[in-house]
Amino acid sequence: MSELISLENISLKAADMVEEGRVHKDLYSDPAIYEEELDKVFNSTWVYIGHESEVPEAGSFKTSYIGRHPVILSRDRKKNTHVLLNRCRHRGATVCEHRKGKTKAFACPYHGWGYGLDGSLRGVPKLEEYDGVLDKNELPLESLRHESYQGLVFATFKDDIEPLEDFLGKAKKWIDLFVKQGGGFPLKVLGEHRFNFPGNWKIQLENTTDAYHFPIVHKSFVSSLDDATADIFDFLDGEGFVEDLGNGHSVMVMIPELIDLEADLDQPIPARFEELAQALREEGQSEEQIKRLVRASHGTGFNLNLFPNVSCSMAFFRVLRPVSVNETEIQHVALGGEGAPAVFNQKRMRLHEHFQGPMGFGTPDDGEAWERVQKGSMAGQDGWILVNRGMGKLFTTPDGNTAGAVCSETGMRGAYQHYKKMMAAGEEK
Amino acid sequence: MTVDANLVNNVTAFIWHEADLLDHKEYQDWLTLWNDSGLYIVPTDNNETDYEATLNLALDDKDMRRMRVTRLESGESVSAGAASMTVRMMSRVRIVEQNEEQVTARCAMTLNELRHGKLITYPADVEYILTPKGSSYSIQRKVVKLLHADGYLRTVSFIF
Repeated sequence: MSELISLENISLKAADMVEEGRVHKDLYSDPAIYEEELDKVFNSTWVYIGHESEVPEAGSFKTSYIGRHPVILSRDRKKNTHVLLNRCRHRGATVCEHRKGKTKAFACPYHGWGYGLDGSLRGVPKLEEYDGVLDKNELPLESLRHESYQGLVFATFKDDIEPLEDFLGKAKKWIDLFVKQGGGFPLKVLGEHRFNFPGNWKIQLENTTDAYHFPIVHKSFVSSLDDATADIFDFLDGEGFVEDLGNGHSVMVMIPELIDLEADLDQPIPARFEELAQALREEGQSEEQIKRLVRASHGTGFNLNLFPNVSCSMAFFRVLRPVSVNETEIQHVALGGEGAPAVFNQKRMRLHEHFQGPMGFGTPDDGEAWERVQKGSMAGQDGWILVNRGMGKLFTTPDGNTAGAVCSETGMRGAYQHYKKMMAAGEEK
Repeated sequence: MTVDANLVNNVTAFIWHEADLLDHKEYQDWLTLWNDSGLYIVPTDNNETDYEATLNLALDDKDMRRMRVTRLESGESVSAGAASMTVRMMSRVRIVEQNEEQVTARCAMTLNELRHGKLITYPADVEYILTPKGSSYSIQRKVVKLLHADGYLRTVSFIF
């Protein structure tokens, strides 16, 4: 049986499916395009791995992924961090299957090769049989280039791309604002929710810069809130905006009053926060500190989308991992303050549980909508996804960036234009 | 070891009653099974014991239980409207501790959900703290320890 060999260039085909105001539905459903994305996007840029607070001490580690590659973020005895490929150099088994923890070494379960937290190969059973054929120094766990900004750790397979700070570029200002929600304490990961949905990863990438869906999909969440809080979430007619930050990153400001959590600290404490304020008072916190903590407790008023896999989303990190063309895993990472009053961190966890995660009042409805988008992408031979909302009403921000109204699809267009560039990179027409 | 069959029967009858209400989405009646100070908990980490100090999938006090039910019944939630039928089996009931104030019991649950034509199964260990109320009980605490609590779950638009 003979097979026709396709001469089509898949990467260029995918790049061509991104137009200025629309993208082709096959970007959600074509397995060949998905395979190219893993290489052209996830293997070729900075990918978010985790937060430094998840590996706080010497010996701490957590496992993560870059696209399909399992990796370990570890902290060695000298407190240096490492990102290591989770693969024994002997016969290739993963050396760590725990989500997180503390260890002195990583031991391969198959033949007992042992590695240090820096990846160095320490122990090989029956080493004498390797006389003359193996040098332990040449076989550490493969170490990846990694850099961090404000505690957010990113890694990449590419040694020749720009430094992380250049890649983040204009997004750095917003990361600086985001981390203020520790309430004066260093930001700390408090826990995480994990769920998956039967749909393509880009559906999730779009969602964190999509204010348009909020009052529709999350009507039942808004109905569950008190009136004052519900008013805050009624932001589509407000002064919010979406700003394209370059390199696929964007920020969607829903509640402009909550851009800077350390501003406006003179305002009286709103009635709905009085319970938290009183609990802090009983702990002996000063009024100044209480105002600061209360203002930080609900998170920021914006979603910062960092291409390709993490969003600093109001009060938490939303991390995506592509599993297959039509399956995506998502982590909702709850945040608090390291050393902050327990009632503050507990309040933040309760708020996280309210909306986020597989049992939250928001996520299941998002998941339902995303699943429908994936199903719909199979309808018809030729169909397009519209991302042109607000294109006729763009403006330039004081930072010199292109922006649109809060419910515009400016952020999605920015992400897709960067995706297009990455997919076409190195290919010739 | 002696088993108080009468007590096991009474507790099992209560657990079955609750299970039936939940599978048939008789949520308003379910709310009346609770003490005001009761907590409905679905942990992310089954080894945790201090649920207030850790992140859970759900930690519902009286207000949150009421809001959860309101959301599911409102007709406004697109996922709750996606014909989420459940059938749950409650079995292996054991009385862990008992005194005049309360009974602590644990049991096995297998919950099956049909959603978008697909069957999804949730096995779990469920722990109850019940307080006597008339000839039956009232729930002081229910902890649902999903077997895959720390894995990647599908979204949930029903009550365990």
